Amino acid sequence: MQELLRRYGSGLTLIMCLLVAFWLLMLVIVPNITLFEQSFRPYLPVSEIGGPRDVYSADNYLKVFEGQVTSSLFGIEFEIPVRVRTFLLTIWYSMVVAGLCLMLAYPLAYYMAKIVNPKSLPTLILLLFIPLWVSEVLRAFAWWIILAFKGPLNALLLALGLIEDPIRWTNMGFTGVVIGLIYTYVLFMLFPIYNAIQSLDTNQIEAAEDLGAPWWKIHWRIVIPHAKPGIASGCVMVFMLSAGSLLVPSILGSTTSQWFTQTINETFNDALDWNTASAYAFLLLILCTLFVSVAMWLFRVKLSDIAK
Amino acid sequence: MSRSGRGEFFSFLGPSGCGKTTILRMVSGFIEPTQGTIRIGGSDMKGQRPNQRPTALIFQNLALFPLMPIWENISFGLEVRGVDKATRRKKAEELLKLVDLPGAADKMVSQLSGGQKQRVAIARALAVEPQVMLLDEPLSALDLKLRQHMRAELRAIQKRTGVTFIYITHDQGEALAMSDRVGVMSQGRIQQIADPREIYNNPVNGFVASFVGENNIFAGEVQQAASGMASFATPHGSFRARLGEVSGKAGKLYVRPEHTLLSATAGAENAIPVTVGDVSFEGNFITVHATSDSGAALTSELRNDGSATVPALGAKMFMSFDAARAAILPDANVRG
Repeated sequence: MQELLRRYGSGLTLIMCLLVAFWLLMLVIVPNITLFEQSFRPYLPVSEIGGPRDVYSADNYLKVFEGQVTSSLFGIEFEIPVRVRTFLLTIWYSMVVAGLCLMLAYPLAYYMAKIVNPKSLPTLILLLFIPLWVSEVLRAFAWWIILAFKGPLNALLLALGLIEDPIRWTNMGFTGVVIGLIYTYVLFMLFPIYNAIQSLDTNQIEAAEDLGAPWWKIHWRIVIPHAKPGIASGCVMVFMLSAGSLLVPSILGSTTSQWFTQTINETFNDALDWNTASAYAFLLLILCTLFVSVAMWLFRVKLSDIAK
Repeated sequence: MSRSGRGEFFSFLGPSGCGKTTILRMVSGFIEPTQGTIRIGGSDMKGQRPNQRPTALIFQNLALFPLMPIWENISFGLEVRGVDKATRRKKAEELLKLVDLPGAADKMVSQLSGGQKQRVAIARALAVEPQVMLLDEPLSALDLKLRQHMRAELRAIQKRTGVTFIYITHDQGEALAMSDRVGVMSQGRIQQIADPREIYNNPVNGFVASFVGENNIFAGEVQQAASGMASFATPHGSFRARLGEVSGKAGKLYVRPEHTLLSATAGAENAIPVTVGDVSFEGNFITVHATSDSGAALTSELRNDGSATVPALGAKMFMSFDAARAAILPDANVRG
């Protein structure tokens, strides 16, 4: 604050603070508080709002338990509320996305941080960033085309003789969604890990090798423990972004892949039931945060490690 | 071509950038030599990765693993060889005792002081029972007192274990004090390999002479040579000295400051009239900076044994030296 005043004078500092305050208050806090308040009120005709039936309750939150469907896991059939099922699948496939992103990003991050000639690093990073210049919508549609039944991916796999019949990628449950989400969010995994590995003293890798460690042992005992905060940070980021993504599941989803954000969106826009939709949105936020916290506790990662 | 014997403490001494570290990295296997071979215990190391060689390298910054406790650091080499945990723990404790650091097994690296980290690094390298231990200026980060203590410690550990140590340093004092033999390097070339005494007393060329210890240097020409001695003409007078392996007539005459004498009267030979400039008293030594009448800046070091008279500032005196203690040497052996 002192620094700001010294640099820009009182007028400009006041304007900056007011702008930040406006952004924080009007665009973040007020809308969220409004939705939070609404989520506890019933969905009523306009004439009854403020009337005797307009009382606070947790009914909207309990609506996720309505509407049983039959599901099966490992061949065991069971009844489960449809929205709970959607929620659990969203969490599970977001984890799958985070896990696959990790597997893709770790070797690349290691390559970028320790193996590649530093001179060609800017080119490599540029190549990785170019896809980000294209709008997310366009990228999702690009994958929709790539994954199409008569699209280039099937054509390539057929030409290589790897498959005999074309595959309905976007009609195989969550396959399309997972591919799309990986493509969209893999860089959020790559850069935290790259930063973490880059800060590892190369002598440590050489020392381990000199002591006789094979390559996998060097990674398991030296590189991965050092990169753990970066890995955790990337996983949290990719998981949260995936679980909260609406666009990719909407475009690349199949008839059998419902994402929880789609449920929220339908309740907001199709059912126009903002109260229930708000409740679902807060459920997603709170449960995902809880889930991430538990995962971090399990893997002994501190929040301060991630913030680095 | 250089050989270090089994159980020997061998040092490579040279200025930074002379290729010492390159040699070490070639021996440990991080770089392949473009020509020549490296043999350890008689077997050619060509194509062997660092993790296959019977060497252990101690890095300049030690490269201890900060996320492991000390005992896991030390037993890491055993862990990768599939030794079970109880044995590893026991071995780590033994090694900690050997390097005089008992009870540190469960500490973390960040809890240790510089000298203690040093010992852990040595223990970690010894754990894999290497045939050759390679040390890349491991003492350079320590303060003077600790450095001197660790010199003796390293030497003692080497004698106790009987492992061949190859030590890299730019510090001549370190190399001379610890080594059985020293290889002095310059610009990627070995200049001389000999025991420390020989290196200091009989350097083969000007580089070795001036890198190891101080010298008064006179440029000039060899005049007459006979039975290893020669007379040498310089702008500051004509001197007699031992003749090194000088080709032709060009060379330089090297005299160490402690091999010179200052006296009021000229001696029989090798006397230079000087004016005393600056006298600094250093306890065991008195260093006298003087200028010869012909303009050369000279240094003389007198032992403070009670008999030495401290010359007065501006006194006119004669600096002389024994012909057997001075040598006419060629310049450094450079890539030709």
